[in-house]
Amino acid sequence: MSLPNDGTLDRREVVAALLRDPGELMVVTGLGSATYDVGATGDRPLNFYLWGAMGGAAMIGLGLALAQPARRVLVVTGDGEMLMGMGSLATIAAAGAANLAIAVLDNARYGETGSQHSHTGLTTDLAAVAAACGWRATTTARGMAEVEALRPRLRSEPLFAVLRISAEEKPRHLPPRDGAYLTDRFRRALGVAGG
Amino acid sequence: MDQPTWQAGVYAALKAAGVTQLGYVPDAGHAHLIEAAHADPAMRTVLLTTEEEGIALAAGAWLGGQRAVILMQSSGVGNCINMLSLPLSCRMPFLMLVTMRGEWGEFNPWQVPMGTATGPVLTATGAQVRRADRPDEAAEVVAACAAMAFNSQVAVAVLFSQRLIGAKVFVK
Repeated sequence: MSLPNDGTLDRREVVAALLRDPGELMVVTGLGSATYDVGATGDRPLNFYLWGAMGGAAMIGLGLALAQPARRVLVVTGDGEMLMGMGSLATIAAAGAANLAIAVLDNARYGETGSQHSHTGLTTDLAAVAAACGWRATTTARGMAEVEALRPRLRSEPLFAVLRISAEEKPRHLPPRDGAYLTDRFRRALGVAGG
Repeated sequence: MDQPTWQAGVYAALKAAGVTQLGYVPDAGHAHLIEAAHADPAMRTVLLTTEEEGIALAAGAWLGGQRAVILMQSSGVGNCINMLSLPLSCRMPFLMLVTMRGEWGEFNPWQVPMGTATGPVLTATGAQVRRADRPDEAAEVVAACAAMAFNSQVAVAVLFSQRLIGAKVFVK
């Protein structure tokens, strides 16, 4: 089904560009394709993949950002996952974490369940929602040049970015899904495992 | 406002357990704790739009090496159930303090179903559930639950009974 705001960006290219040379960037991914996309760029201890807990990615990012104010957090999630946690956009804006950014891979579809269309293909503009919640920096990217320009911004600003990706389905890349393992290795990589 | 000593004891227990992030959905029964947290420069408060946000907040805090507590009313527990899979799947600690409605002198019938279900649904997810019914035990229960949550890395809910909190009085 054709939707009015179909994007054209390749989701794997977008995520590879955003996560190039990640350094010590802490990355939290929303369940489904965002988890596969980030896993496909190369598994690393500072990637925390969600395989469930839909709607929770942004708030995990907030708790992490508040706990580690000297480091950067990037949440990479999809439009469906972000829609389920839309209230967290108000919570995060009110909390004011300067070291947290969110990148929404928006194909206006629920890819994991058969590509049913989402609200972002109907009436909802997530960047406008974030702005209305109090996010001062919001943007929507439709081309790779814009995506490249977003990489440094997502690592230095409290930025909410929507990336209009195509609805093309990619081969599944399955990163580790044992939550206890993901948690323990993340904490060890940060040097907080004793707490 | 009144500063009941049992609530001061609960706040002290949270501090002693090393809690530095406190997420909450406003609730009259938690008003003292919320006020104490806002007055404490060493406690980061996070106002939530819905309770399940707090579970994800606490998970992020733990990933980053901090300890969190989430405050809510029993009605909010119903909003949390799927999100509890996060700490339970990841073997993360999770500590929630729940003020009970719908169980003792309740005026509002809409509070009764979730008040009745709060303990059973939490138990059904695999969370540990403990109750504080008397002022003289509240701080001790919270201290024990915090120790269990953070040391055994389990999800623990402390239910503050409506008898302890005092039934909300509706005046026409």
